Amino acid sequence: MKNTIRQVFHSSKFLVGFVIFAFLLLMMLIYPLINPGDPLQMIGLGTFARPGTYVSVYDSVGTKPSTFNLPDADANRLAKILTAEDRVNMVNWFTAAGVDITGLDTQDTPAMLKLWKANYSSTVRPKGMTKAMRNYYERLNNAILSANSASKLTVSEPNADTGALEEKSEIAKSDYVNVSDVSNVKVLPLGTDNFGRDTLKELVSACGTSIRIGLIAGAIATLIGLLLGLLAGYLGGLVDDIVMFFTNIFTVIPSFVLLILISYSIGQEQRGAGTVALVIGFTSWVWTARSVRSQVMSLRNRDHVNLSKLSGHRLFRIITTDILPYIASYVVMAFILQISSAILAEAQLSLLGLGPKTTEIPTLGLMMNWAMLYSAHLNGSWWAYFPVILTIALISFSLNLMNTGLDQVFNPTLRD
Amino acid sequence: MKGYRKYFGKKLLWFVITFIAAVLLNFILPRLMPGDPVAAITAKTAQGLTDASAVKAIYEQYAEQFGTKKPMAEQFFIYVKNLFHGDLGLSFSQYPRPVSDIIRSAVGWTIALQFPAIVIGWLLGNILGALAAYIRKGFDKIIMPIALFMSSLPAFGLAVILLVVFAVNLKIAPVAGGYGFDMIPNLSWNFIKSVIQHYQLPFWSVVLVAIGGQAIGMRSMSIYELNADYVKYSRFLGIKDRKIVSYVFRNAMLPQVTGLALSIGTMISGALVAEIIFSYPGLGTAMLQGITMSDYPLISGTTLIISVMVLVATFLLDIIYGFIDPRVKAAQFD
Repeated sequence: MKNTIRQVFHSSKFLVGFVIFAFLLLMMLIYPLINPGDPLQMIGLGTFARPGTYVSVYDSVGTKPSTFNLPDADANRLAKILTAEDRVNMVNWFTAAGVDITGLDTQDTPAMLKLWKANYSSTVRPKGMTKAMRNYYERLNNAILSANSASKLTVSEPNADTGALEEKSEIAKSDYVNVSDVSNVKVLPLGTDNFGRDTLKELVSACGTSIRIGLIAGAIATLIGLLLGLLAGYLGGLVDDIVMFFTNIFTVIPSFVLLILISYSIGQEQRGAGTVALVIGFTSWVWTARSVRSQVMSLRNRDHVNLSKLSGHRLFRIITTDILPYIASYVVMAFILQISSAILAEAQLSLLGLGPKTTEIPTLGLMMNWAMLYSAHLNGSWWAYFPVILTIALISFSLNLMNTGLDQVFNPTLRD
Repeated sequence: MKGYRKYFGKKLLWFVITFIAAVLLNFILPRLMPGDPVAAITAKTAQGLTDASAVKAIYEQYAEQFGTKKPMAEQFFIYVKNLFHGDLGLSFSQYPRPVSDIIRSAVGWTIALQFPAIVIGWLLGNILGALAAYIRKGFDKIIMPIALFMSSLPAFGLAVILLVVFAVNLKIAPVAGGYGFDMIPNLSWNFIKSVIQHYQLPFWSVVLVAIGGQAIGMRSMSIYELNADYVKYSRFLGIKDRKIVSYVFRNAMLPQVTGLALSIGTMISGALVAEIIFSYPGLGTAMLQGITMSDYPLISGTTLIISVMVLVATFLLDIIYGFIDPRVKAAQFD
């Protein structure tokens, strides 16, 4: 046993798969410690906040500032103010007013502004420009001037008695606060989802749930398959015929169809993650049963099994001591594949709207379903769906790698 | 000819048995659930309806349609009789359109998408897998991890990624649908061009996933065959490498055909979910519509058609297998 395990871990493929899987498991254990709380708590209003660090505006006003005179501060501020549309409009104005713009890069904010300040005047009336457009340019000009001026912002508070605004403090352009001094800072590495929930926290929790679903479904499928395969393969005769009859039928009828019919019939309310796992498990044993049966059939007439029979051992003992050890490696491999296909099945079911009910715990499939329902893929919110796809892919990739590695260890003909 | 006839007869018998089982399951599963299925379905359909008489009318209609008040055996006979007439009931979400009509308009899209995609994915995957096994070293080291990762990606995941990259960001492919939303299906050149444009992304998402899975299987099979005694013996006899490779390829191919027959159900279901991502007007989208609208007759109809599609595909593969497997061929000389 010890030797086998050492051999298995010598396989680089198995090792890589194992490391990826262990990393995912570790994340599931550690991340909730760093960032505790309910993964389904809606922390944000609005949908799909971008990933990043969110600093409380209210608290940073109250934090004691330090003064820095940074040379490019104004330019950065202006670059943020000028949208892509503004830049195009500025170029339009230059052309309409007959300003020479050869060699001007619209992304080069200082150059743009220099040209603008040198040439813009509200009295210039380029031909064919509507009043509305002229007003727009005036507003733009004011925005540019105010961002560039040295004026301070005043923070005022309404007086509790009179309601009149009273000046509290002033904010200069050179005021900076240290983020660690601000009392409320929220880091959202993957932003929020369509319900305003922390996507990373949700993803970690969903990853755990999906792996649990995979383990439960895989264990059920493997157990049923193993039992039926052992019985059919070892006993043969009528038992074999009956088992094979059902196995043949269910290999052809897609388990996905059964899953849909059963999940729909159970109804949304009764469909917890556990139920879904059970249903997946009960519909995916066919593969294991088939292959275990054929393996057992080839073992059935080996000498050591016959010897055991002659010694009068019971059926249970023959199966556990003379047959199971020979197919154990195969069963482990089948179990690994069952886990990954169960996780995939859950995701596909959820995408169809037949996954676990949505109010309790997130699963990878549900997250994907929500992201698709709220068109995250069309509005550029990659953080809502891409990490989910990547996690599903990584889970099955690691499991497949482990499986291939095991295959090479136990099937010497496949070795490199 | 006797061997063939026996082989095909056996396969046909299984086809019929499995078909009956599929129909039975489609009939029984929703009725096996505890409680009154009609009440449950009514509750889903009538969500948000406050008018009690309307709810009652819906209930009556469902009860009438499923004939739940009649004994089980009689219900089954009515169900089978309707099935033979191609009558799958009326859709609730697109009332009074018959389900068979919805399915008829969807099934063509699905077959036109999946049949070529799975065949091409299978062929490309097998060629890559065989090459990886034959060349080994560098090629194998690059192809295999990529193939393994590709096969680990769910079809819908790849579909989303392709959609975002090529349709949303690069804007070189349409975002959704089977043809331009401003068009009416006809045989004009414009329409065909639009169909081909909309075809690309769903097609490649199915092909790429299929390639991965098949390449891995073919590689293992080919390595297994390359180490077989007959290869060593042929080398020993001085038979040309190319000749040996063709033997190996043919022998490794047989289990791959069986493998395809066994996994075609999984592949088709994966591709159906990928269809949804592109809102492709096929069976997957029809099924999603049935589920979101609580349109039970539509769900039942689509699942039955999908089962039949998989059944027919498996049957055809079994027939092909019979022709190319030398063991079946040998049996006819007995």
